[in-house]
Amino acid sequence: MTDNTNAISLVDRRRFLKLAGVSSSGLILGATLPNFQPAWADIAGTAAKDKSAAPLNLFVSIAKDNTVSIVCHRSEMGQGIRTGLPQVVADELEADWDLVEVVQGLGDKRYGNQNTDGSRSIRNFYTTMRTMGASARTMLEQAAAQLWSVPASECQARKHRVHHSASSRSASFGELAELAATQKVPAEDTLVLKTPANFNYIGKPVATYDTPAIVQGKGVFGQDVILEDMLIASIERAPVLGSKVASVDDSAARKISGVVAIENMDGGIEPPLFHPLAGVAVLATNTWAAMKARKALNIQWTDTSHASHDSAPFIETLKQRVQQPGKVVTKYGDVASSLASAANKHSATYSVPYLAHASMEPPSATAVVKDDHCEIWACVQVPQATQQHVANALGLTPEQIKVNVTLLGGGFGRKSKPDFAVEAALLAKKMQRPVKVVWSREDDIRHDYFHAAAASHFEAAMDDDGQVTGWQQRTAFPTISGTFANGVEHPSNGELSLGFADIPFDIAHRQCETAPAEYEARIGWLRSVSNIQNAFGVCSFADELAHLRNRKPDEFLLELIGEDRHIDPNQGNFEYGNHGASLKDFPLDTARLKQVLAATAEKADLSQKGDHVQKAGEGWGIAVHRSFLSYVGIATKVAVENGRVAIKEMHCVADVGLAVNPDRVESQMEGSMVFGLSLALMGGINMEKGAVTNSNFHDYPLLRMQQSPKMSVTLMGTEHAPAGVGEPGVPPVAPSITNAIFAACGERIRDLPVNKHLQLA
Amino acid sequence: MELTINGKVHQVDVDDDTPLLWALRDELKMTGTKFGCGAGLCGACTIHINGNPARACLTPIAAAKGAKITTIEGLSDTGDHPLQQAWVKHNVPQCGYCQSGQLMSAAALLANNPTPSEKEIDSAMSGNLCRCGTYPRIKAAIQDAVQYYNASEQQEKQGGE
Repeated sequence: MTDNTNAISLVDRRRFLKLAGVSSSGLILGATLPNFQPAWADIAGTAAKDKSAAPLNLFVSIAKDNTVSIVCHRSEMGQGIRTGLPQVVADELEADWDLVEVVQGLGDKRYGNQNTDGSRSIRNFYTTMRTMGASARTMLEQAAAQLWSVPASECQARKHRVHHSASSRSASFGELAELAATQKVPAEDTLVLKTPANFNYIGKPVATYDTPAIVQGKGVFGQDVILEDMLIASIERAPVLGSKVASVDDSAARKISGVVAIENMDGGIEPPLFHPLAGVAVLATNTWAAMKARKALNIQWTDTSHASHDSAPFIETLKQRVQQPGKVVTKYGDVASSLASAANKHSATYSVPYLAHASMEPPSATAVVKDDHCEIWACVQVPQATQQHVANALGLTPEQIKVNVTLLGGGFGRKSKPDFAVEAALLAKKMQRPVKVVWSREDDIRHDYFHAAAASHFEAAMDDDGQVTGWQQRTAFPTISGTFANGVEHPSNGELSLGFADIPFDIAHRQCETAPAEYEARIGWLRSVSNIQNAFGVCSFADELAHLRNRKPDEFLLELIGEDRHIDPNQGNFEYGNHGASLKDFPLDTARLKQVLAATAEKADLSQKGDHVQKAGEGWGIAVHRSFLSYVGIATKVAVENGRVAIKEMHCVADVGLAVNPDRVESQMEGSMVFGLSLALMGGINMEKGAVTNSNFHDYPLLRMQQSPKMSVTLMGTEHAPAGVGEPGVPPVAPSITNAIFAACGERIRDLPVNKHLQLA
Repeated sequence: MELTINGKVHQVDVDDDTPLLWALRDELKMTGTKFGCGAGLCGACTIHINGNPARACLTPIAAAKGAKITTIEGLSDTGDHPLQQAWVKHNVPQCGYCQSGQLMSAAALLANNPTPSEKEIDSAMSGNLCRCGTYPRIKAAIQDAVQYYNASEQQEKQGGE
């Protein structure tokens, strides 16, 4: 990378901070932060061991014993961010990774955005982390220069020491730390970032920081927090959105030994936001007593308008609606005429059910409230939003709420909603004792912020040569906006920017529309969000057209995508989100999409065989999708025998730009395949009379090891800037499976999950 | 009641119907054994009772009385069980929440069958869910540990001759 490029990326960082509403001086390099308190000081021993460690900036402190403490301000939920971001800092700092201690950042707006979602920790903080490392390194070099009375330009940090080669002197980071902390903080535009050829850790598969603790059972998750004198709360929550407690008979529950208190929880608020649901909390000295007593409660609930919601007929209604004219979102050419005059036409309607996150760790939060101060320990993706919502509930200010982020036993978007932390804070205030709220698996599945049930409809016009001349698509699903405002029935531009209004096809006449969908249950972000239904529809329909025209799916897709170009979805009179990035920095680049597609097709062996059907009952399917600024293709081989489907192989080709930690990128893609397999094959939340009928893993199953196919991951495009990793692997998985099933047995599955149609082997 | 866990005798004062899981987590503050479903469906709470894998969430402490209980904290003294080493080598965990249970299921498998086939691995691990999707690496790590076991056994044999 040239100095010029470095300068540009620094400018970009300032632009980002401005966009994020954080002034550059807020996220300073500099401020020596006398009040800086490493997180976790009280419970897990992961704070800087040496309390006198010298802070060089908000993210870097160095102790006399040479330990470099690096703050990770984003939440760890399995994506490896407690390794990825600190490894970037350590590289620029010239620290020795073996001497690095990762400190989990408290919720604190000085860090900038801490919402660990949108697959954006690396892409938004890569340059910031490099800057933090480079700044601290420069201060160490300045300190050495002062110590030895030589020009700073002659001092060079290398592997945890600063060297002055002319005089053959050197000093360790630990020896220099105190003096370094007193140095003038270098101006950002004077910092010289390392050239990629000199990277020690960036782009390398650095071992995951927390693995040694995890394999010994020593990782501390939200469920694992234990405080002295703590009560455990188990809460029976309203089964239907908007419902409240009408009456409760708790006489049997109170008799159970260990029960200390039974408290009503207010709720039933709409829009639901991140408010706790209405319910009755049992507080006990141990979890078992709390759970047992809760089962003994007899609660009557108030009626609500959502009590007539049945999800199966609701999805059928949505499928009807998307076949009628809707509200126009984007418009290119004249799709109505192209359909009216087409030589051939094809149409299809698809649906995806409600889905639950089902992270292995059910939500849990622990709180202590004392006077005008509250401290929380929780597995949240959003420590600052947690501060805000807990403050609102307690009548305090966010600064009075200290949020310690534990390890998250999976998140997938569920833990972006801190309702469970608010529950803990309210109960801790009431009890004037520490309270841990323990969600059970049933609580987690029934009271999720669900992925929206969705329907989509596609119509294509084709000429005699099989060219697609017109493309109409329409979608309907309850919008996440309904979580924040009442009466919203159409998806937001943000949701429509996720693979709907930005389809990468070169078709002259094209129109995207939405149809209304009522908000009947809490809806939220689930790993890759509406990309799930959008990619399922688009990649399925393209595959249908390919087969209809007797074309190989990959070649047909390449034609649909068309020439190498940068697509601007704003041109269709649409305000395109582009995942928060500019199209200039992160264009929608059809060349990269096509390269991924071609590499995926090669994995699938489609091109060599000249036929997508390998032998009777076996078939390959492919799908490719751009989301979170990354391009991912999936090739899947299935076998269908006697109506039973087995997934034989799955291959992922991903262009996520620079992979800071290629091993963690690969593991995210492996995980995305498994996540996509679960949702495609067996995912589905059912609601009757407004209440979820699923309860645990027997009726909301997840993929198990024996169902997990052989898989591979291939990374490409690493010369580009880092893009999203955690989510973009998910969207193409489901259509690659259903496309493969069609290739294998001729059955086109348009309504997920697969196990509604075929048994799983 | 007395419980023998990881070779040490512990006293717990809880109701007889209390699942071992909550005795471990709440009373003994051994939080390595995780709560995932409370119904024996996910395997996050897998422990060994007299060497056999069991779900702590479904095992009342009364049933564990007098038994030799091993939890993840007791799998090895310093985290160097061959499976733990293989887990580190393959960088298996993502979020890590299910991994205690995965390791305990895998350890019970290898203790009872040092040369499992892929099918036997699938079967032994089928009760352990991982939402992050670490299955391919878990399998690779187990297969690696199998080789390590066999190699060291081979060495022992050769050394004895």
